[in-house]
Amino acid sequence: MAVVSMIVNGREVSAEVEGRTLLVEVLREGLGLTGTHVGCDTSQCGACIVHVDGAPVKACAMFALEAEGHTVTTIEGIAGADGALSPVQAAFKEHHGLQCGFCTPGMVMAAEALLKENPKPTEHEVREYLEGNICRCTGYHNIVKAILAASGQAVSAPV
Amino acid sequence: MYDFEFVRPTSLEAAIAALAEEDAQALGGGQTLIPSLKARLAMPSVLVSLAGIAEMTGVCRDDEGRVCIGGATTHAVVAREAAAHFPALAALAGQIGDPAVRTRGTIGGSLANNDPSACYPPAALGTGAEIITNRRSIGADDFFQGMFATALDEGEIITEVRFPVAEKAAYVKFAQPASRFALVGVFAARMPDGVRVAVTGASEDGVFRWTEAEEALSREWSPEALTGLAPGSDGMIGDLHASPEYRAHLVGVVTRRAVEAAG
Repeated sequence: MAVVSMIVNGREVSAEVEGRTLLVEVLREGLGLTGTHVGCDTSQCGACIVHVDGAPVKACAMFALEAEGHTVTTIEGIAGADGALSPVQAAFKEHHGLQCGFCTPGMVMAAEALLKENPKPTEHEVREYLEGNICRCTGYHNIVKAILAASGQAVSAPV
Repeated sequence: MYDFEFVRPTSLEAAIAALAEEDAQALGGGQTLIPSLKARLAMPSVLVSLAGIAEMTGVCRDDEGRVCIGGATTHAVVAREAAAHFPALAALAGQIGDPAVRTRGTIGGSLANNDPSACYPPAALGTGAEIITNRRSIGADDFFQGMFATALDEGEIITEVRFPVAEKAAYVKFAQPASRFALVGVFAARMPDGVRVAVTGASEDGVFRWTEAEEALSREWSPEALTGLAPGSDGMIGDLHASPEYRAHLVGVVTRRAVEAAG
């Protein structure tokens, strides 16, 4: 066993882990942050995306010990301290960017990373950025619409 | 996944020492290795992360004008930092996998793994890059030795890759839509000392130079110079995504598109 220390959602945390423990395992099982989902566990679906030092990472494809000394943000760290939804989260709600909700944490984390890098993406850029996020309910249209709306661009009203 | 000891050295010297342990394995970004470990396809006793070695990361230019990239540099960093030096190479890095994979995956890991559908091997072969290890320098023409096989020995790691800059170059990938790997990808380059065309995704022998296209493009650098040209389908990969004949056809089409994109 070894100890990993990192900053998660602004809080310094330490946890005892094995070499093989994945970042997503320590987040969910060690720290109880179950908002980060495990979908495929083969680094394809993107449900487990978190930010490490501000960049998107599939938490099922990174060892916990690789996060030593780094800053991790999960979906629980996106809303304001008072619970106010971020513009991306609010837009997902407004534009029905989810159905079953399983992929949503990863979608929101990917969208947050995109808008930080590219504040006014085109629809094509949004779709391209979501290549690593799989949703089996929505057909993606309302997810893309929500992200464009969150970027302050005009989209058609929700139906 | 079987358990292992995880170490994260901060110097190349310490990493080499750690890799001398029996059944030690180097870890780049883990975007291929971690899924392989989950599938119990490997059972290392020690995993040596190369991510903490500052001397193995970053992008710069050397005295000969080559773009030098540290072996542990991620695709995201290459996409950003090589753009001013070698746009075609930066664009290639920016098309690998998806954004989250590019945050973690490294150039050294990609080249050392030599997946037959990976994007970096055709960039290295298509420019005649020099691959620097902790022991020696290996030319790209000698480095790739078939599917998942390279000239690297046990305990040898890629510390840096030096790319000569092309006069004109482009990488075009015909992506397999589920995996984002190349069904066929072509790096076509007019280098100061001749034309090079490197193909990934297509051959059972892994990345290869399509010499027939290189000869045609040496006579005339234009998509038209390749009219009617395609490699034979013998030795091409056939799987549920595409037959050998389809891949061979795509090599011709994608090479023309690459030359057109290079201008």
